[in-house]
Amino acid sequence: MLLALIRRVGQMLFVMFGISVLVFLIFFATPGADPAARIAGRNASPETLQAVRLDFGLDKPLPVQYAKMMTKLFITRDLTSFVNRGWKVIPAVMDVVPVTLSLVIGAAVLWMAGGIAIGLIAAATRGSLLDRSLMMLGLIGVSMPVFWLGEVMNLLTQSRLHGTWLFSWVPPLGYKPLSTDPAGWFLTLVIPWITLATLYMGLYGRVLRANLVEAGQEDYIRTARAKGLSETRIMIRHALRTSLVTIVTLFGLDFGALVGGAALLTEVVFGLQGIGKLTYDALKNLDLPIIMATVMYASFFVVTANALVDMLYVVLDPRVRTRGRSN
Amino acid sequence: MTDQTASPADLATATRAAHVGRGPWVTALRKLRSDSAAVLALFFFLVIVALCLLAPLYATYVAKTDPFRSNLSGKIEVGGETVPIMATSTEGLGLGFTPIGPTWDPTAYMLGADAQGRDVAARLLYGGRNSLLIAGASTLICLILAAIVGLVAGFFGGWIDWVLSRCLDVLWAFPVYLLAISLSIVLISHGVDIGPISINAGSLALPIFIIGIIFVPYVARPIRGQVLSLKESEFVLAAVGLGVPAYRILLRDILPNVTTTLIVFVPLLMAINMVTESALSFLSIGVQQPNASWGTIIQDGQGLLYTRPMVAMAPGIAIVLTVLTLNVFGDGLRDALDPRSKLRIGTT
Repeated sequence: MLLALIRRVGQMLFVMFGISVLVFLIFFATPGADPAARIAGRNASPETLQAVRLDFGLDKPLPVQYAKMMTKLFITRDLTSFVNRGWKVIPAVMDVVPVTLSLVIGAAVLWMAGGIAIGLIAAATRGSLLDRSLMMLGLIGVSMPVFWLGEVMNLLTQSRLHGTWLFSWVPPLGYKPLSTDPAGWFLTLVIPWITLATLYMGLYGRVLRANLVEAGQEDYIRTARAKGLSETRIMIRHALRTSLVTIVTLFGLDFGALVGGAALLTEVVFGLQGIGKLTYDALKNLDLPIIMATVMYASFFVVTANALVDMLYVVLDPRVRTRGRSN
Repeated sequence: MTDQTASPADLATATRAAHVGRGPWVTALRKLRSDSAAVLALFFFLVIVALCLLAPLYATYVAKTDPFRSNLSGKIEVGGETVPIMATSTEGLGLGFTPIGPTWDPTAYMLGADAQGRDVAARLLYGGRNSLLIAGASTLICLILAAIVGLVAGFFGGWIDWVLSRCLDVLWAFPVYLLAISLSIVLISHGVDIGPISINAGSLALPIFIIGIIFVPYVARPIRGQVLSLKESEFVLAAVGLGVPAYRILLRDILPNVTTTLIVFVPLLMAINMVTESALSFLSIGVQQPNASWGTIIQDGQGLLYTRPMVAMAPGIAIVLTVLTLNVFGDGLRDALDPRSKLRIGTT
């Protein structure tokens, strides 16, 4: 088991290294324009360009530039923006982490609960109208761009239906810190949570249903039936338990995709000042140091999260100890 | 003598299929045809494609507008009355302008105007062309790259496989949107010049290329897995034993066996690519102005969300319908071609 864990950590470190090289190459070695001009932002003065060249060691060979970049990002943490002169990037990223985590964790709770409920109900009523409409709704949820759904939600809850009893409690867009205003924190996040969870609820419901239906044909389910157990008990204690393995695997992958994707779009639409919104604002200003920092930190977070999920498997599931999960 | 129920007709089809050598394809097509949801979805998808292709005809002959030029002072006739396209705003200080809302009259700003007085309906159709083009072309790029990587890695093994697999590992672990954002911001801010190839910053080739490569690992990994097991199959071993050259084995024996997997990916990838394109365009790092795509129109409509919601709603509905038809058709196609497969790629 220890060997498997060490191997997984090694793989994680390798992937992190690969990602950092890739990001570095994208930002510093893409042919076409002078990297200094990119980093300095729009209409930079010659002095700024010179400062950027000096700061990032752009006159030195690529491996030196890479080392310099990584030192700035992870060791001295003094990467600065040139669009907002002198703004330290890493503390700015760290400051907004709680916003993104609040959004993602709340949505994850909602979509796991919703997805499992949908999957169970659909599988239990297989072939019925309820099953088919749940699956159709799930597919519609999967097909919606999350930022557009967010706009629809905003239109309804902030404008068109805001006057009615249904949505009059929805506060204006923005984020309130959990430590100072717990009620406000909860209320401002409810609609973003629902928006973000809708997409994954549909997906998880569909996957779980397929798994449960498949599990229904397994020998151990037949045995459980022969023992005279109730259908509910078979479904929850026997079929669901094995199907959850797939769901947890998916969760590990999607959680990562979410931090670096759908959450970003949701933050933009709902004006939540998290990592995604920070990245978005940097995109608007062409503030590349910010983007480098958010991309690097977010992807390292994702890689670590995935590795932790995998290691959890190694500890929990004896079968994984002998063979790699990823291949 | 185990199968006694086979009718002469069945036997006839079986032998004919054997003669033509297209048995699985014919069966799959028949299965797909009997899946009414998939057929209906394909029909709707083709209708959407056709409508978008007709965009220039609609703009020139029906709506009579130029969807790429702002029209802030124009007037149109609605129900016998002449109204300005941009009316003085009645909200706030009355300084801004509110574009005309939906008239539901196909000849005059059917879905209203956007903040620059451009016809939303005409832009929707033109935007659809770009969205569909990007989704389709990036799917093609993704499949070609993934097929090459998967085949080469799986077939040759050794250090080639090791290098390619580690590259895939890195790409796979890299959150797709972050990768797309990094590539887009660098390429779109200044365009690309690689030797003789020069792509300017507004070119559609950039989003096509970016979306085309970010999903490669999701396809290449299953292909590689399939090739690994095909490599051990008798017919490949026989070909190797006969001294057939490697490229010939790859193209004639292995590639045909992974085409079903590749085909199954087409609609599902197109659906994901379409959503990705809209997201990138919404973040203003996809399709660039004055070009339109469904994502950019949603972005245009963001400022008008509470006054003229149609600008943002219409393209979103178009995306949902298109992606939905692709997903339903994709499910049907997968069931028909490869019923036991568990292919799945994450959507965002």
